[in-house]
Amino acid sequence: MIDHARVLSDDQLERNFADIAPPLTPDAALLEATKCLFCHDAPCTIACPTHIDVPAFIKKIASGNLRGSARVILDANPFGHSCARACPVEVLCEGACVLNDRDEQPIKIALLQRHATDYVLEKKLRLFEGGRRTGKRVAVVGAGPAGLACARDLRRFGHDVTVFEAKDQPGGLNTYGIAEYKLKAAIALAEVQDILDLGVELKTGATIGSLDKLLTDYDAVFVGIGLGSTKRLGIPGEDLPGVVDALTFIEHLKTHPYRETTVGRQVVVIGAGNTAIDAVTQAKRLGATAATIVYRRSEADMPCYHYEYELAKRDGCGFRFNAAPQRIIGNGSGGVSGLEVRTDGGSETIPCDMVIVAIGQGARAELTWPKDHAKVFVGGDCANGGAEIVNAAAEGVAAAKRIDDMLAGR
Amino acid sequence: MADLRTNFAGIESPNPFWLASGPPTNTYGQVAKAFDQGWGGAVWKTIGEPIINVFSRYGSVDLGQTRMMGFNNIELISDRPIVDNLKEIAEVKRNYPKHAVIASLMVESKREAWHGMVKQTEDTGADGIELNFGCPHGMSERGMGSAVGQVPDYTCKIVEWVKEVATIPVIVKLTPNVTDITYIARAAVKGGADALSLINTINSIVGVDLSTFEPQPSVAGKSSHGGYCGPAVKPIALHLVSAVAADPSVKIPISGIGGIASWRDAAEFIALGAGSLQVCTAVMHYGFRIVEDLIDGLSNWMDERGHRTLADIRGRALSRVAKWEDLDLNYHLLAHIDQDKCIKCELCWTACEDGAHQAIRRLPRNNGGPVVEIIDEACVGCNLCAAVCPVQDCITMRKVPNDYAPVTWKEYAAGKGKLAPRSEQFHTATWSPSAKH
Repeated sequence: MIDHARVLSDDQLERNFADIAPPLTPDAALLEATKCLFCHDAPCTIACPTHIDVPAFIKKIASGNLRGSARVILDANPFGHSCARACPVEVLCEGACVLNDRDEQPIKIALLQRHATDYVLEKKLRLFEGGRRTGKRVAVVGAGPAGLACARDLRRFGHDVTVFEAKDQPGGLNTYGIAEYKLKAAIALAEVQDILDLGVELKTGATIGSLDKLLTDYDAVFVGIGLGSTKRLGIPGEDLPGVVDALTFIEHLKTHPYRETTVGRQVVVIGAGNTAIDAVTQAKRLGATAATIVYRRSEADMPCYHYEYELAKRDGCGFRFNAAPQRIIGNGSGGVSGLEVRTDGGSETIPCDMVIVAIGQGARAELTWPKDHAKVFVGGDCANGGAEIVNAAAEGVAAAKRIDDMLAGR
Repeated sequence: MADLRTNFAGIESPNPFWLASGPPTNTYGQVAKAFDQGWGGAVWKTIGEPIINVFSRYGSVDLGQTRMMGFNNIELISDRPIVDNLKEIAEVKRNYPKHAVIASLMVESKREAWHGMVKQTEDTGADGIELNFGCPHGMSERGMGSAVGQVPDYTCKIVEWVKEVATIPVIVKLTPNVTDITYIARAAVKGGADALSLINTINSIVGVDLSTFEPQPSVAGKSSHGGYCGPAVKPIALHLVSAVAADPSVKIPISGIGGIASWRDAAEFIALGAGSLQVCTAVMHYGFRIVEDLIDGLSNWMDERGHRTLADIRGRALSRVAKWEDLDLNYHLLAHIDQDKCIKCELCWTACEDGAHQAIRRLPRNNGGPVVEIIDEACVGCNLCAAVCPVQDCITMRKVPNDYAPVTWKEYAAGKGKLAPRSEQFHTATWSPSAKH
């Protein structure tokens, strides 16, 4: 394992985890905003799961109306701050920009969205108010993007909302699980605070094991509990010290000073999804000499976004394809010394002193809910099997509307 | 290479590109540098009794990424002593004998004052005199500048005074801040002017600072209307140049001024009758170096088109400026969308739908095919869709042939000629209260 103090300075660690997409200067934002064509029925808006009116918010940046711009964004998407930093825009709004068809770079929608939303964060502007109280009460289980998006809109509709969160802090994976160089926990928590400030009640450290009592005490329940822990490999050696699952590794990194997170010199990450990329790049940025993705299928089969793959390559991470993990080998003194894989050429041992497992999360087993209960609504990763922040936000917003309709008897 | 040599009312210069009277022509150093870089002539910053300027003199209008799309100033004429200006003019003329050096003059409206000023100027060896009857700010409050140029009788009278003593060509610079510039142009001709230059700047307030409510440019919290110039004014200048050039009672050379920034602008002014061109704002923005492409671009275009001299193109567009009543009503156009080039922004649809004739149909976005198509029977060929389309040559206007002879409104109203049939839909409202938008 690495002794950080001998490898990377605090300054270097700060630089390694600084925003990968730094904010636009006011001049650059104006320049970029004026390039937007202001399409009708804009493909960017269609591509966004929350259907933010992208041309409208960009026009407002161009006109110098940053408050109005942020309101357009956050009205449609309560997680506009984190989506501006962590959305896969290459496959959503920016990928749909018509300028791609004019052989030009698309409008930098994510950075413009950040420009507008940063303004209200900096100025601490309050853009929304809770609605006039209806007297109806809704319980939200899980303070991730789905639950809080639902809670925000329910509160705007006037309902009383209580959010139950098992962890110490709200925000879900926004707070604990997004690569540090994309989204810092402080931003995620500030974004959550805006929602709580509308009068949403939050109970942290509150694990819900059954919906029975909530269904008695509340007029409706929204379940947005996300997914469970990382799946097990099912191979010998996976319980050795030196083997960690990706979410635990990333959560530790995001909740401690950088040098307090343990990282190996030679790190192997098993899996090739977007979380695996987050793990391998952050291991490298923490100072690992080598950080390598080991994947049982081919390069073309990788489930991560192409641009994430490119990022990992730029970070100097290695890739071993068509290598199926068979066994994690101990070093005899409580750590690991290698990962045995099966390849087309036979068995092979990849030397390593740390293994990070990133082969996807399983469903949460601790809470079940009725599938067709009139008062139970569900959204986010626990409903869609694991997707982006923007999908969770969209599902939370949509559920709030359905709950409001139900409570109003519509 | 095309021959760009210019003879304007007897004033010769190696090319038609002159610096207009203004900040770039304030000193020997500037004018000499400009000539070294290729400018063909310079009209010196207006000389008169030295004035005192205010601090903060320019206001700018930006458009998107373009700075100084429009520009205005409340600067007055030269603040340097007359004798210094004249000395430097003489020196420039001595060192650059083949370049056009013109003195712009403005003095109080007294015969003796003008006689004295003109005689002093002639002693410098300057090639010509330009009478500043155009500046709309400051000096006009003192009875000079546009205060003269807005009254035909004053214009005529002062030109007469000047011509009583002048032996070199006299150019009268006209203000656009009048209802019909041709009246002033004719008055200048009547007074004996050898040439005209236009346009001077347009009365303007460029904006208001919304944090202080100070109009711009602000001088200790207040502002005054200033002279507007820059690319924004070019269309106005082109029109006024053409109006004066087409006036049968003018017939003297015209120096074109107003937003010229590229060789294309220059060619357009020449095509509408300009004999030389004056540039100021573009130089204030980008410096004297722009003359290189003004010359190179104009020359290459002339070579490609087979025009040998400026005379070959001068006024070539003039005969095509007609009265509306002389336009052909049977010339029909239809917009055409090149679907291979379309990037599906739907700007044409929204413009036509809300701002024109509801002649574009939207198709579903999700079928992978075209998202817009022209409704032929509703299209009036207005150009709006082509104007808003962000892709070059994606929307073009195509002529719709018909068997009808051309007919103008004048003819048609007099009972002559036949109108080609037009779609019924041109006059039919497509909106209905139940329609969803």
